[in-house]
Amino acid sequence: MATSTAVKLDPVKPARRDLESVVVRFAGDSGDGIQLTGGQFTQATAVAGNDLATFPDFPAEIRAPVGTTFGVSAFQINFGSRGILTSGDRPDVLIALNPAALKVNISELKPGGLIITDVSTFSERNLAKAGFSENPLGDGTLDKFKVIEIDISKLTLEAVKPFGLTNKEGLRCKNLWTLGLIYWVYNRDRQVTIDWLNQKFAKRPELAQANIAALNAGHAYGETVEMDDFAGFTVGAAEIAPGVYRNVSGAEAMSWGLLAGSQLAGLKLFFGSYPITPASTLLHILSTLKQYDVTTFQAEDEIAAICAAIGASYAGQLGMTSSSGPGVALKTEALGLAIGVELPLVLVNSQRAGPSTGMPTKTEQSDLYQAVFGRNADSPLAVVAARSPGDCFDVGIEAVRIAVKYMTPVIVLTDGYIANASEPWLIPSMDDFAPFPAEFRTDPEGFHPFLRDEKTLARAWAVPGTPGLEHRIGGIEKDYDSGNISYDPDNHQKMTDVRAEKIARIADDIPEQTVDQGSASGRLAVVGWGSTYGPISGAVANACADGLDVAHIHLRHLWPMPRNLGDLLSGFEQVLVPEMNTGQLRTVLRSEYLVPAEGLNKVNGKPFTIAEIEDAIRDRLEK
Amino acid sequence: MNAPTVIEKLTPKDFASDQELRWCPGCGDYAIIKSVHKALADLGATKENTVFISGIGCAARFPYYMSTYGFHTIHGRAPAIATGVKLANPDLDVWVVSGDGDAMSIGGNHLLHCIRRNVDLQFLLFNNEIYGLTKGQYSPTSKVGTRSPSTPMGSVENPISATHFALGAGARFVARGIDTQQKVLPGVLERAHAHRGMSFVEIFQNCIVYNDGVFDDFTDRKSADDTQIHVEHGKPLIFGKDRNRGLRLKPGALELEVATIGEDGIGESDIMVHDETNRMLATMLTDMPRPEFPVALGVLYCDPADTYEQGVVSQIDDAKAKTPPAALNDLLRRGYTWTVSA
Repeated sequence: MATSTAVKLDPVKPARRDLESVVVRFAGDSGDGIQLTGGQFTQATAVAGNDLATFPDFPAEIRAPVGTTFGVSAFQINFGSRGILTSGDRPDVLIALNPAALKVNISELKPGGLIITDVSTFSERNLAKAGFSENPLGDGTLDKFKVIEIDISKLTLEAVKPFGLTNKEGLRCKNLWTLGLIYWVYNRDRQVTIDWLNQKFAKRPELAQANIAALNAGHAYGETVEMDDFAGFTVGAAEIAPGVYRNVSGAEAMSWGLLAGSQLAGLKLFFGSYPITPASTLLHILSTLKQYDVTTFQAEDEIAAICAAIGASYAGQLGMTSSSGPGVALKTEALGLAIGVELPLVLVNSQRAGPSTGMPTKTEQSDLYQAVFGRNADSPLAVVAARSPGDCFDVGIEAVRIAVKYMTPVIVLTDGYIANASEPWLIPSMDDFAPFPAEFRTDPEGFHPFLRDEKTLARAWAVPGTPGLEHRIGGIEKDYDSGNISYDPDNHQKMTDVRAEKIARIADDIPEQTVDQGSASGRLAVVGWGSTYGPISGAVANACADGLDVAHIHLRHLWPMPRNLGDLLSGFEQVLVPEMNTGQLRTVLRSEYLVPAEGLNKVNGKPFTIAEIEDAIRDRLEK
Repeated sequence: MNAPTVIEKLTPKDFASDQELRWCPGCGDYAIIKSVHKALADLGATKENTVFISGIGCAARFPYYMSTYGFHTIHGRAPAIATGVKLANPDLDVWVVSGDGDAMSIGGNHLLHCIRRNVDLQFLLFNNEIYGLTKGQYSPTSKVGTRSPSTPMGSVENPISATHFALGAGARFVARGIDTQQKVLPGVLERAHAHRGMSFVEIFQNCIVYNDGVFDDFTDRKSADDTQIHVEHGKPLIFGKDRNRGLRLKPGALELEVATIGEDGIGESDIMVHDETNRMLATMLTDMPRPEFPVALGVLYCDPADTYEQGVVSQIDDAKAKTPPAALNDLLRRGYTWTVSA
């Protein structure tokens, strides 16, 4: 038996550098599979034990002309060995698969950042489409960055050659080649993606093989080609609470939360909706959950969507509807009906930039006034807001709880950012949630439809089909003592008061407001709601680490607000309210508590960066 | 030993609520509600299983005067709310009561979709060709030239035909009746009730205050035999005081004409027999101009098809059969997960 004496030598390569955290942005044409690439990288990164947050940013046009700047799709991920709260301010790494992607994203790349490009796409034609008069590769434009130019198209086609694909099919594997390279850059395991490809293309194994070959080729390229002493990075595992995790988007977590809430209430979920960006995903997800007795109804319009939900609640299911601002505006009259007849209803508003059509795919949180005040007459209801993708689950459950217990519509505010972004989520156990079963009235003795629970003031819920409880309800004012039509002036005063008091009493049934970070009184409170949670949290953490006296308060219950909020805010010299609107919560806090709240506002369709909020904190505390 | 429960059949009066009717004296709605009470009693309806849903308008007060379940909702939206009720509980017997403004104007879109989806409910359109509750403006069914507070020089809009609209939207049951015909109307309502699917019934209703007598040209009892034709499936389309006039296809044209039996060699066999499953015929019957033609009343069209809620419920049943619902804990853990150890 021959013994090998050859010594296997590793090629001499520089060592990988350790990073605490990094922000990577994938960008390319909307047909380049950018979102998919980002999703796969997210999964591999989660498996590697990093904490992470992502932000998909895709164009409003379904298929914008190839190579144009408005057809650029991007996906940003921030991951690290420390706690990650946002998808990151400015990218450290930009993967630009065509000139347009470079053009759109270059201004945000950090100085000294890394650019990886597919040089074969930098043709005269593509450069012109992207609006470059000169080729930025080599004309000095990119001197302050590190640029790695690779002919990704050519290398991809070589890698997939054995599988007999057409040129077009072959080029579609470009994203996997790129992903393979990025896996090498950050030392990620490819297996997650290989398994996924095998499953996705189970019926076309040649496509699975080709994509895997492209993935491996990209990885091997990093492994073998010397890229100017570039050796990739290591990002260590973060300290994360133990348990079973998954990635979850806001839309998924919200769908599951609404279903979980319905189950805890012992009710079947009815979801009436009309397609609108970015809210439609909820309808898509819930329509796949029919086996859980979920009925989904794609209505003829926004009004019919909420009306059918009201009809379902009237008949004993839990009616829900969803939309974005303009659609919610259309639902307003029906919301008034649900308030007047006091039926449970959940409305999820995935906010987007407005007014009118505005920027459907860009995020904003400018529907707070609409949610709290935006109806004719005195029409109070409850409003809650989710602060992150995973938080949507708990907020969904809370919305259902309030709706059922108080026989009221509840508006849930989320936004385009939360709905689309995903984060690793410690999967909760349903055993940890106490049920809150809905009670249907069945006893005819002393019944009338507006008989109220003494404590919650919720009216009795008697559903059609119940013998002896036949009754009529409607939008006309009801007599307090019989539920019959009443135009009596004093009665209207009494009914208006009781509707307001019922909503106000919810404040007795929600947790007192806590301070997320920092002390319970001091020089500055930064108060937020919704998806500003991440950047505020990061900014306050940085400021606290530097010894600044600042606290972070984040609201889930926006109406009614927690009982102690006024007292809590009065313990701070200054109150700063960062919002992606022109100052809506600021106004509400001022009017409710007479606190000198100041706004930090922006509406450019993008989430706050940590730096923006941190600067505002330092402005107030360091001057 | 269990004593057999005797369910007493309810009388028409049992379906009236304790609320005082507040339509104008002489309003056609009084007659209609009587016919509805009678129809419900005749068909053995129960109060607990019956739901009346309405939008806004004079007709929309209807649910308050019924002793069944009732929901007086918002303008034009009753079909959408009724769709939700029916999806949530297909066993309920749902009636929607609407007027020409509520159904054909502000609620036209919902009505269209309720019809095409074939939601199993009875839709009663009280058509008086005027807005009553808002004090007399012209409606989408008002004739050209209708003078009203908002059209002092007469309306210049073409009216819509409610039944033609319903047929165009794909209705599987279309019928017409007259408010005061209390011998005939309950039978039409019972047919509507028996039909599985969306039953569209137009009831010509006289608004005594704002549009009095608008249908007199064909509802007047004295001339009714000559101005009305009560259609019945399988029977010849004959009308007239002397029962000698009938409808036939005009030779060489795709249109109806009135023919007189015994004239020009026309016999009874030349008269068309009503086929309520013939959509084309129903459309022609609904479009007959007066006074050249009589107004067709009764069940113009009835051709049942699968209902919407059947389809929705069977998909839910199929989904359960295919993938029995896992516990929510399992649903949350479906797909790619990973474990972080302590």
